[in-house]
Amino acid sequence: MSLVGQKLVGQQMERAVRPRRSSLARREAWEGYLFISPWIVGFLVFVAGPMIASIALAFTEWNLLSPPRWVGLANFQALFTDPLFWQALKVTAIYAAVAVPLDLFAALLLASLLNQKLRGIGAYRTIFYLPTILPGVVTAVVWRWIFNPEIGLINNLLALFRIPGPLWLMSPAWALPALIIMSLWTIGTATVIFLGGLQGVPAELHEAAAIDGAGPWRRFWRITVPLVSPSIFFNLITGMIGAFQVFTLPYIMTGGGPQNATLFYVLYLYENAFTYGKMGYASAMAWVLFVIIVVLTVIQFRLSRRWVYYAGGEAA
Amino acid sequence: MNATFVTPRAKIRSLSWWTRVSRYLPGLGAHLVLMLGSLVVLAPVAWMVSMSLKDVNHLFDFPPQWIPNPIRWDNYVRALTAMPFWRYALNTIFVTAMSMIGSVGSSLVIAYGFARLRFPGRDQLFLLVLATMMLPFQVTMVPTFILFRYLRWVDTFLPLFVPLFFGRAFFIFLLRQFFLSVPKELDEAARIDGCSSWGILTRILVPQVKPALAALAIFSFIWAWDDFMHPLIYINSSAKWTLTLALNGFQSPLEPGAPVIHLMMAASVVVALPPVLVFFFAQRYFIQGVVVSGIKG
Repeated sequence: MSLVGQKLVGQQMERAVRPRRSSLARREAWEGYLFISPWIVGFLVFVAGPMIASIALAFTEWNLLSPPRWVGLANFQALFTDPLFWQALKVTAIYAAVAVPLDLFAALLLASLLNQKLRGIGAYRTIFYLPTILPGVVTAVVWRWIFNPEIGLINNLLALFRIPGPLWLMSPAWALPALIIMSLWTIGTATVIFLGGLQGVPAELHEAAAIDGAGPWRRFWRITVPLVSPSIFFNLITGMIGAFQVFTLPYIMTGGGPQNATLFYVLYLYENAFTYGKMGYASAMAWVLFVIIVVLTVIQFRLSRRWVYYAGGEAA
Repeated sequence: MNATFVTPRAKIRSLSWWTRVSRYLPGLGAHLVLMLGSLVVLAPVAWMVSMSLKDVNHLFDFPPQWIPNPIRWDNYVRALTAMPFWRYALNTIFVTAMSMIGSVGSSLVIAYGFARLRFPGRDQLFLLVLATMMLPFQVTMVPTFILFRYLRWVDTFLPLFVPLFFGRAFFIFLLRQFFLSVPKELDEAARIDGCSSWGILTRILVPQVKPALAALAIFSFIWAWDDFMHPLIYINSSAKWTLTLALNGFQSPLEPGAPVIHLMMAASVVVALPPVLVFFFAQRYFIQGVVVSGIKG
């Protein structure tokens, strides 16, 4: 390639200035498309194609065994009258509304603690990140036992204080709260992102505020939070999308139960597609999921103009 | 934060014992909170390891013993021989290696195109890359499955890594950021010396972004190793299970309370160990990658 390139450039040099430049630019453009071509192919085959295909599929009934049958809007009609669909939406919405802000707040507090110059701070950072590194399946398997009412770690600890623990994953009332509590354990990624944001907050601001008599709590809300608001925004968006992707934990720990108390959206989508073989119905669900995520993301971006502060002016 | 007040020396001498101690108190308080937090965070991990070493007759002791007596190392032998562990490990290693090669290699080439070459529509296409970063794969899961089924790739490893050979949006984004921080004069000098674009990428840019490549290699290792949903969808025959599928299959016939929890925990420790070790040894690169994604996100 390089030899050919040299030859080409050499030939072009002898010509007039304008044609040479434009043909160099053409060559560069041609190369550019060549370099990104894997992405273009991947985008068409694994993103755009499936997106279009799933629109078409959403209007069919198809169990993969017999040929697909056109059913018009029947899937969507069924979806909006399906109590399990609404249950899945409710479970996911509760999780997104409670776990995401809770985890963000905990991660920001933790990051502020970890952002100090203390002896052994590196060890603390490693410890708090450790749960995030564990495979989701391992986390699910271990926590399933930790929540075990009789021999689990949590109820054993509660028993030391003579508090009778709930049935956790076996109780319709406590299963979702159990998963929300558990989500606090894996806030490592958000914490690391906050740490990166906090390192851009000048220490002088805190010192000046401290001299003016602002306590740590006040400084946290008035200085830290506004200055790391871009990181909060990033974590909020990724956390929200993540909430709509929750699968492994309920699949392994509860199977969606008891009484569908932990039937997350993607879990129900998975069951429809791969347990019941309702490909059309699952595609309709996937499209609803897509619309929900787009709408929520757009709303977040709109709202962000009111509270996200970019030190360098508008964000790129 | 606490040692920043400049106090005249004379004044320091006049300070009471308590005032001097209290200057270190915020640090002490932070240590106390962090230590307590560490205990809470480590408790489930410690519990997992502790349970994995317990004798079957001591599983349900109350109050639970953190350090088991006797320590049963043979739980690990039993857990790993209860299933064809090495077969699952090899499957997982193969899929993980292919995922790493595919996603890092292709993203490197694609990111170079976006960062260094000018072509019409480049910025719009890059916005599209960013948009796909926010698209959960579950949205396209069903048609993608049908596509792979049509190709007769279901129950093979191919669906688990072939898509990664077409670039990973997050990696493309990250590498482009790193490429943009390398002075363009380096490329131009090389180009004048007759270096092709491919040569510039492999000989000039790759050595400059080695830390980023290390971070991406670690990310792709951990994601592939931990992946559960893709293998669950695509792998049917148990001979092709990955470790995460095996761990799930290991637990499913067990009722809660049945006394095999020690074996479950031993298997869990083994499955968790490789990503944890990789993280310990390459922490710096990994954290760097996470931070960049957040700052520029």
